Amino acid sequence: MSDPISRRAFLARSALIGCSAAASPLWTPVSFAAAPWDTRLVVIILRGGMDALDVVQPYGDPDYQGLRTKLAGGPASGASDLDGFFALHPALSPLMPLWRKGELGFVHAVSTPYRNKRSHFDGQDLLEAGTDTLAVGGDGWLNRLLQQIPGVEARTAYAIGHDDMKLLSGAAPVANWSPDAELIMSPQAVRLTELVMQEDPMFHAALNEALLLSEPADIDAAAMVMAQDDGGSAMMQMTMPRPVKGKSEIKIAQFAAEQLRGDARVASFSINGWDTHNRQEANIKAALTRLSDTLLTLQEGLGDPIWQNTAIMAMTEFGRTARENGTGGTDHGTGGAMLLAGGAIRGGRVYGDWPGLSEAALFDRRDLMPTGDVRDVAAWIMHSATGLDQNRFEQVVFPGLSMSRKPGFLL
Amino acid sequence: MTFSPELADIRFGCGLSPDIAPPQSVDSMLEALQARDEMAARFPIPLFSEFQPRIAEYRHAKTRQRKAAGTDDEVALSEQARAMGIAASQDMFKWYGQTVMRWTYTSSGLRERLVAFWTDHFTAVGKLGLFRNAGSPFVEEIIRPAITGRFADMLIAVTTHPMMVQFLDQQVSVGPDSIAAQRAKKRNLGLNENLAREVLELHTLGVEGPYTQTDVRELAELLTGLALNNDWGYSFFPRRSQPGPETVLGKTYGGDPSRIEPIHEVLRDLAVHPATASHIARKLAVHFVSDNPDPALITHLTSRYTETGGDLMAVYAALLEHPAAWHPELYNVKPPFSFIASACRALAVEATQMASFRPNQVAHRMVVPGALMGQHWQRAPGPDGWPEEDSNWITPQGLSARVRWAMTAPRLLRPDLPDPRDFVGKALGSYASEPVRFAAAAAETRAEAVGLVLSAPAFQRR
Repeated sequence: MSDPISRRAFLARSALIGCSAAASPLWTPVSFAAAPWDTRLVVIILRGGMDALDVVQPYGDPDYQGLRTKLAGGPASGASDLDGFFALHPALSPLMPLWRKGELGFVHAVSTPYRNKRSHFDGQDLLEAGTDTLAVGGDGWLNRLLQQIPGVEARTAYAIGHDDMKLLSGAAPVANWSPDAELIMSPQAVRLTELVMQEDPMFHAALNEALLLSEPADIDAAAMVMAQDDGGSAMMQMTMPRPVKGKSEIKIAQFAAEQLRGDARVASFSINGWDTHNRQEANIKAALTRLSDTLLTLQEGLGDPIWQNTAIMAMTEFGRTARENGTGGTDHGTGGAMLLAGGAIRGGRVYGDWPGLSEAALFDRRDLMPTGDVRDVAAWIMHSATGLDQNRFEQVVFPGLSMSRKPGFLL
Repeated sequence: MTFSPELADIRFGCGLSPDIAPPQSVDSMLEALQARDEMAARFPIPLFSEFQPRIAEYRHAKTRQRKAAGTDDEVALSEQARAMGIAASQDMFKWYGQTVMRWTYTSSGLRERLVAFWTDHFTAVGKLGLFRNAGSPFVEEIIRPAITGRFADMLIAVTTHPMMVQFLDQQVSVGPDSIAAQRAKKRNLGLNENLAREVLELHTLGVEGPYTQTDVRELAELLTGLALNNDWGYSFFPRRSQPGPETVLGKTYGGDPSRIEPIHEVLRDLAVHPATASHIARKLAVHFVSDNPDPALITHLTSRYTETGGDLMAVYAALLEHPAAWHPELYNVKPPFSFIASACRALAVEATQMASFRPNQVAHRMVVPGALMGQHWQRAPGPDGWPEEDSNWITPQGLSARVRWAMTAPRLLRPDLPDPRDFVGKALGSYASEPVRFAAAAAETRAEAVGLVLSAPAFQRR
C-alpha cells in the first residue's frame, strides 16, 4: 500500500482528468464498459519468415530427408513426434504438455496471398493489412475486426512493445504500450506538457495515451494510498528511460496477461529473429525458445480459467525455401505454418492440406506450396471467438476472402 | 516557399544552435559539403581500415581460445579475447559521443544529415566478432567521403565491403558449380541470396522495380566469389564463383575466368537504372521533406538523377532549389538519434563534458534512452533501416521515453542549464509558440522547463 509508484501514477491520472479529459480522444470513463466478448485473442507476428519445415517437421514425407541434411529433423534428430508424420522442433519441446492436452496445434502449408518478390517488408505489410494486394496507408485486419464490434474502447486491444503493429492500426481505438514506458510526472509537469503539445494532434494523442496507460491497473488501491498520504511532491522525481530488467519477451507476455485478465480482449506483439539465412540451427533455436517462453508465460500469467478461454495465433510473413541453402540456412520462400495455442483451441493436431515436397509439388520448384490462406484460419478463429457474422469477415476484415468449410479450430 | 537560414538548419541540418550561425544560402550549403571536413578532424573516428586489424586480431584470438579448450591456456586466452571485446564496445560509445559532438558544433549540418541518410540507406549491422563495433569506422571510411560523389561509386564501395558482406551473409555464398563447392561436396556449399535480393530491393531498384526471382538468383550467382579472407577483410575468391555468365535484367555479365569487374559492372548499371533514380529521389524527398512529399519534387529529383547519371551533388542541388522543399510547416518527426543530437546542439553541450563521460555514462544518458525511443544505435532491425513514418516514432511508449529523457538528461549533459526563457528562443527560433514560451516560464524547475522546450512538437519535428 505504500508503493510510491501507484500513488504517483494516481496523481498523474488525477491531473489528466482535471485538465484534459474532454480534449483527449482516448479518454474513457473510469468504469470501463463491459467487454464486448469473452474469448481472449492473442496475435503474435513472427517477423523475418519462420521456416515451417524446421518447426513442424514433415519427417514422414519421402522427399523431406533429401531437402534437409544439415537441418535434418524428425524424431531421430531429437524432435518430438506429433502424429507419426510431423514432428516438433526440439526447442519447442517445453510446449509438448500443451499439445497432449489439446491446447497447441498448427496449420501447415499456409501463406498470405503474397507471391514471387519475397520481400520481408512487403510480406509483413500484406500479412498485417489482410488484403489481397498492398495498398499504401490502409488499416490492419485486427483493427477492422474491432471496428465491427460495438463496445470496443481503447483498452479492449493492446499493441505491445516497440515494434509498429500495423495489423492493429486504424480507426478503432487501440492502446499502444510497452512495459518499460511508464510516464510519471508531477501534476504541474503533466499540465505543461499537455500545453506544449496541444496544437499537434499526433503528439497530444500519444501523450494522453501514455499518461492513461501509466496508471496502475488497480485504481482503487491507488486511491487508498492517495487517501492515506498527504502529498509529498518530492517523490515525484522523473527517471531516465531505462529498460525493465529481465527478458523483454517475458515482460511483454506478462504485461499482455495482466491486461487480458482485466477488460482487454485482444493483445498483439512481435517476436523477431526468424530470418535464418545462415547457421539456422543455432538461430532458430533462439527464436523458438523465445516463442516457447512467451506462450508459457502467457499461460501462467492468465491463470487457468482465462487460459481456457484464450486463443493464440502466431503467424509469419512467409515460409522459407524447402531445400536448405549452401550456408546451413534457408532463403525466403512462400508457404509457411501458423501456430495455435490456448485452452480455447482445438489442438493436438496439425491442420492443413499437405502438398508434398517433391520438386513438382513445390511452389516455383523451390518453396513449400501454400494450400491454405492464413487469413482463413484467423477469420474462423475470430468468428468463433467474437460471434461476428461470417460475411463481415469476408467483406470487411479480410475483403475478398472466401472462407473455407468450417474447420473447427476452436472448441 | 523559399530558402530560409532557420529552415536550412532545422530541416536540412542538425537543428538550431545558440552559437553557430545557420547557412545563408543554398549555394553556401552545397559549397560546405565540398569544403574541408572540419568536424571529422575535430572529433575523430578511425577509418575502417584502421579498425580492421582489431577485427582480425579478435578473430584469431577466438580461434586460439577454441583450440586451447580444455588446456591450461584456455582461461588466459579467453580473458585476452574478452578484453579486446570490451575495449571495442567502449570505443563504440566514444564514437557515439564524437558523432553527437559533430552534430553539436557543425556549421554544415547537411553533411551530417546526408551521412545519416546514406548510412541508413545502406544499413549494415555488425554481426560477426568485432564487426559488431565497426559501425562508425565503416561510415567514416565508406559512407562519409562518398556522399558528394556518384551513387554508383558508393554502391560499389558498400556492396563489396566486408561490413555489408558479413551483414547479408555473402561470405558464405558459394557458386553451386564452383571449384570450391565441387571439391568439398560433403560440406554442401551453395548459394545465399540475401545480398543480391537487398541490392535490388533496397539499395537500387526498389521493391516496385522491374526484377524477378530469376534476377535475384542470377545476381546472387554473379556475386559469388565476394567473401571474407582469413582476417575477415575484403577478398575475391574465383574458386568460389559460379562458373559462366549471369543475366541480370536482360544483360549478361561475367564469364570465365571469374573476376570482380563484372560485379562492379552490374552495380554501375543498376545505379543508373530509371527505377533506381526514382527510388532514390523518393527516399530523399521523404527523408528531408515529409512522409508525403509533393510529387513534383520527386519528379524533379528523378530527372536530375537521370540527367546526371546519379551525380549526388546535382541531386542535392535539385532538392534544395525546389520550392516544395521550403514550406514553412514542420512535418517530419526527428528519429531518436536526431532528437538527442539536436538537443545536444541546442544545449551547446561542451566537448570537454562529453569527453569526460565514461562509456557506461554515454550508454545510460543517450544510447539506451534512444533505444527506448525506438531506435537502437547502429542496430537497425533489418536491412531496410529505420522507418520514415512519423507515426512509427510518436507512439505512447516512444513519446514517453522522449519526454522522460528531455526532462532528465539535459542537466547531466550540461550541468549549468541555460535560462529557459532564453533557451526557448534559441532552440526553436521563430517556431517558439506562445504556449511553449508560457510553459518554459511556468515550470517548477529549470530542468523541467528545458525538458518542456525539447518536448515541444516544434523541436521534435523538422
